[in-house]
Amino acid sequence: MDLLTWTYLLVGLSFALYIGIAIWTRASSTQEFYVAGGGVSPLANGLATAADWMSAASFMSMAGIISFSGYDGSVYLMGWTGGYVLLALLLAPYLRKFGKFTVPDFVGDRYYSNKARVVAVICALFISFTYVAGQMRGVGIVFSRYLELPIEWGVVIGMAIVFFYAVLGGMKGITYTQVAQYCVLIFAYLVPAIFISMQLTGNPIPQLGLGGDVAEGVPLLDKLDGILADLGFEEYTSGKKSKSDLFMITLALMVGTAGLPHVIVRFFTVPRVRDARLSAGYALVFIAILYTAAPAVAAFGIYNTIQSTSEKPIDALPEWVTNWQQTNLIGIEDKNGDGKVQYLADPATNELRIDKDIMVLASPEIASLPNWVVGLVAAGAMAAALSTAAGLLLVISTSVSRDLFKTFRPEISEKKELRIARIAAAGAVLLAGYFGINPPGFVAEVVAFAFGLAASSFFPVILLGIFSTRINREGAIAGMLAGLVFTISYISYFKFIAPELNTAAHWWWGISPEGIGTLGMALNFLVCFGVSYLTPPPPKNVQELIQEIRIPKGAGKAYDH
Amino acid sequence: MSPTPTKMERYWKKNLQTLALLLFIWFVVSFGFGILWVEELNTIRLGGFKLGFWFAQQGSIYSFVVLIFIYVIRMNALDREFKVNED
Repeated sequence: MDLLTWTYLLVGLSFALYIGIAIWTRASSTQEFYVAGGGVSPLANGLATAADWMSAASFMSMAGIISFSGYDGSVYLMGWTGGYVLLALLLAPYLRKFGKFTVPDFVGDRYYSNKARVVAVICALFISFTYVAGQMRGVGIVFSRYLELPIEWGVVIGMAIVFFYAVLGGMKGITYTQVAQYCVLIFAYLVPAIFISMQLTGNPIPQLGLGGDVAEGVPLLDKLDGILADLGFEEYTSGKKSKSDLFMITLALMVGTAGLPHVIVRFFTVPRVRDARLSAGYALVFIAILYTAAPAVAAFGIYNTIQSTSEKPIDALPEWVTNWQQTNLIGIEDKNGDGKVQYLADPATNELRIDKDIMVLASPEIASLPNWVVGLVAAGAMAAALSTAAGLLLVISTSVSRDLFKTFRPEISEKKELRIARIAAAGAVLLAGYFGINPPGFVAEVVAFAFGLAASSFFPVILLGIFSTRINREGAIAGMLAGLVFTISYISYFKFIAPELNTAAHWWWGISPEGIGTLGMALNFLVCFGVSYLTPPPPKNVQELIQEIRIPKGAGKAYDH
Repeated sequence: MSPTPTKMERYWKKNLQTLALLLFIWFVVSFGFGILWVEELNTIRLGGFKLGFWFAQQGSIYSFVVLIFIYVIRMNALDREFKVNED
């Protein structure tokens, strides 16, 4: 069968599977819609969390980013996994014991204030919308690259699929589709990685192959250091970012991960507190399988690309290079007219332009794998984008129906609330699709926003809400606003207002906009403490609530008060 | 029946001690080995890896997984010891 047929077949089969699961797991109550009835096993929740978390960017772009930044790319690997330690140890078990449906629920109750709740809802909506637009775009890109459809059509088909299972199934439908999506995406990621690792280093395990030897008996990483240095680049295993910037970015990503509402809400779906702890462990295992393979895919990819193009005659390049030239992900321009490709660090003489997504998307062709593997990678990328989009859409619909409607109109019936949740989910799908088709120019920039905001707004107030009995309403609101305003201002200034000044020389203490969430978080903590100690302590019933969430005993299913 | 305050305080203190130890290790394997002392560790080799680079791209992630499972086991034991477990 040819490539296009395989791709249609595998992507079609995976879609049929998701729809089948959605029909089978239709939600019938708000509890099922918001938290899957609170009856998800820790293992299933771990799988679902991993799929929820790993987005189109993790699947398609992360390996490529590491390919071109080498050691500096470690910030993403450590940042996007280390956050799960914070989540498992500091947040998940206590929020599960608290036993409601959303992060704004916790903020509103713990800080006995609807103002605090509204600030939290605004943060949650902003974070989720910026994120979901990127996922829809990812779906469109996969369609256009593999299925030769226009991006718009890809986005519309993606919207229809997500609409079907998120709106019908709610959290229950999403959870079980995410379990299936994890299996699809991890299989699709590992098959090419394993084959390339075998071909290059003789070791079938990519994580070990990364430390293996290439044909001449030289370790791959040493060989890569040498090749890149000869071409004028930084060595692969030593970066060019400053230590303080690496530190700040890693911490901002870790704390941001732990504060993302669509990840936190997954831990409301398990039956017991100890299941929340355990399922965070499972989630990280499943995430780590991809995240430890990614640096191997990255190093193999850049090594193969350089070996098969650098100083090679332009008319005798491998077939995959010419294939991807057609999609404009690889560009070659013979500047010095010698008929060969020069890949160099100096932009004036460099003749090869490679998009970062190539490292994953072209990996089956680089390894000369059969056509069905190419189809599999397309289905995997789609699974990664759809699973994350669905998780985010649920946060959006829950925020609207529960945190806004139910809070201010407590008399509405459960049936009506469920209908509002479904309408909100449908509205969110349409809006996300619109942004997927007409992406705002700053889509790539807003990732810094999402993590920076989660780190500087949610994380400190949730953490202090559990571990301090003295932090009060005034402190929490002031802290969230201070962290939020500071972080938004810093990122906006360097990304939109004065992008020409976005260099290390102008940054405060050498901290890039990606890492500023760390400082925003510190500010939030400081303001929160300062204001709390100047104002009266929380009332007695809140003190009791805090004592209550600190012990596992007596956690019922997530319930409605 | 809720536990007496003193018992509750002892449980909470032990919990905090566990957290402090595990988060210390969390910090050392990632920020320490992967960023702050990466050059020093890179002079040591682990097969085809420089050790600092290995911690930054592999070792820290494996450590995170182990840390969470140690936490799970430790807290389950603590819950039983103080009889605040769920079943």
